[in-house]
Amino acid sequence: MSRIDRRFAELKAAGRTGLVPFVTAGDPSPAHTVALMHALVEAGADLIELGVPFSDPMADGPVIQHASERALARNVGLADVLRWVAEFRQSDAQTPIVLMGYLNPIEIHGYARFAAEAVQAGVDGVLLVDCPLEESSVLQPLREAGLQQILLAAPTTAPARMVQLCRSARGFLYYVSFAGITGAARLSTADIAARVAEVRAQSQAPVAVGFGVRDAASAKAIAGFADAVVIGSALVERLAGAEDVGDIATRAQGFLAPIRKALDA
Amino acid sequence: MSKTDFNAYPDEHGRFGAYGGSYVAETLMAPLAELTEAYLRLREDPEFLAELDRDLTYYVGRPSPVYHAERLSRHVGGARIALKREDLNHTGAHKINNTIGQALVAKRMGKPRIIAETGAGQHGVASATVAARFGLKCVVYMGAVDIERQKINVYRMKLLGAEVVPVTSGSRTLKDALNEAMRDWVTNVADTFYIIGTVAGPHPYPLMVRDFNAIVGREARVQVREQFGRLPDVITACVGGGSNAIGLFHAFLNDEGVRIVGAEAAGEGIATGHHAASLSAGRPGVLHGNRTYVLCDDNGQITETHSVSAGLDYPGVGPEHAFLKDAGRAEYVGVTDEEALEAFHLLARTEGILAALESSHAVAQAIKLAREYPKDGLVLCNLSGRGDKDVHTIAAREGVQV
Repeated sequence: MSRIDRRFAELKAAGRTGLVPFVTAGDPSPAHTVALMHALVEAGADLIELGVPFSDPMADGPVIQHASERALARNVGLADVLRWVAEFRQSDAQTPIVLMGYLNPIEIHGYARFAAEAVQAGVDGVLLVDCPLEESSVLQPLREAGLQQILLAAPTTAPARMVQLCRSARGFLYYVSFAGITGAARLSTADIAARVAEVRAQSQAPVAVGFGVRDAASAKAIAGFADAVVIGSALVERLAGAEDVGDIATRAQGFLAPIRKALDA
Repeated sequence: MSKTDFNAYPDEHGRFGAYGGSYVAETLMAPLAELTEAYLRLREDPEFLAELDRDLTYYVGRPSPVYHAERLSRHVGGARIALKREDLNHTGAHKINNTIGQALVAKRMGKPRIIAETGAGQHGVASATVAARFGLKCVVYMGAVDIERQKINVYRMKLLGAEVVPVTSGSRTLKDALNEAMRDWVTNVADTFYIIGTVAGPHPYPLMVRDFNAIVGREARVQVREQFGRLPDVITACVGGGSNAIGLFHAFLNDEGVRIVGAEAAGEGIATGHHAASLSAGRPGVLHGNRTYVLCDDNGQITETHSVSAGLDYPGVGPEHAFLKDAGRAEYVGVTDEEALEAFHLLARTEGILAALESSHAVAQAIKLAREYPKDGLVLCNLSGRGDKDVHTIAAREGVQV
């Protein structure tokens, strides 16, 4: 059983909603990404989505794009990200890690080479925003190496396609809660609830809901009908500008702990 | 071995061999499917095609002539050089062939709002123009750097009623404008049609934009035969994203005897790293929704490009060009800023034509090619746009106060 599958099985057994924070690797500080990851776990993260910086993050909003730009300005590359995951794994063997990003850095690194190095480092899955199911044949070496490809589903996804996505989902299915970029503030909870219920009924994998979750209240609203809640832009925004490791950990704690509390209440 | 039928591409997934495809976020899959379905229907619809034809004739002013540049040819001293005069179209470039087509598709799909990205501003102007022509709301995304470089075109778009949104992320040029337009589309898909300005992006854009520009080559093929009694030895066009080039090339792809050469922006020279020659100096990768040749570093990060011409300043290229390069059907070579400027002046003085800086790259390449062929040889060059928009850039570069 993969680390991701095991974690969702544990959550289900405990009757808890998973908390999945997203941070961009290398932001706010390349020196403290590993410390930040540990702080997230301490604050209640069940799984970490680690963003691989990319120069042209088409599907992300300004907050995550700027985080990407800041990391790139400090020369953060795929090799650094893998090194940090390996370092994190030295003291945390349980928390699943999903690398989230775009295809080109992996394409240029080489799919087979990336697959071997990522597994070696302790990565569990990849969520490649610009690689829909139809183009996923290039990821075969990743699947063979044991990495799970996390798929996205959206409110605009047609019913026939949703069936296909639900059938192909591994690890968890990431439901994008509205048709927009990351970080935009629009969310109709009732609408998401109805749609996610449909998806959960079909999907063999657990369903995580993200895009637009900003705080304890919006997370709690989703907790009632999702297996996990993903929080990205709001967290990245909170961390931006922190340089000191203590400050980074405090901000991560201060942001995530109330959400964890709300989810468990 | 059987001959490749170049008309058979792309396949139903939008792939040109190993290139093309739809590398986009899940939220775009449905709108792209909707667009693909609508477009594949419309491209066979006689009523739609007749409406397009009428606008191309009476609004754009097609067909554009093929002009035998005799004084230029004599000056060069090689083969005859003929120019396909896309600069004479309404709005002054080939871009309108595509925007008229896509605006008609938008209208048929019932989308009242169009968005576009623009580099040099030519596609933005062409989009703003057709938006006014069809009564559509128009928002144009443009890099802040390009806005500075192309003030006249920005004002032109505003005069036409479009809203121009400056993009301040990344390198603040065309690729960032494209990212921003894509974001707008993801957020407003219900009422918005995204008019992509070149033969890149996810399927069906490379197909659709090529189809709308292919009239350039179709006309030219007939015109050249009428005027010269034969097909050209070689055809050439500048390649940024590659829409004017594929427009000229497409009708000739299955003419084995016709050599095809694309001129990329070599900027300050390919060896300097300051260029935008994705096919000559890049590698296969994934950018802006398609697999193609891209300019990126060893970490897969897209690199900043340079060209004196904003319209060629793009780190990717249409996937069909990537396919034609690998198939050996077309050659792609670099033309430097200096060579393009020299060609600009030579054409101005020998023929009385101010070419766009983009098109000046093609003219420079045509001059080189003409020297390779005998005097009765024939080089056909796509003069994709006029140079009025570049007069200030050229003056500034040459230290002239206008």
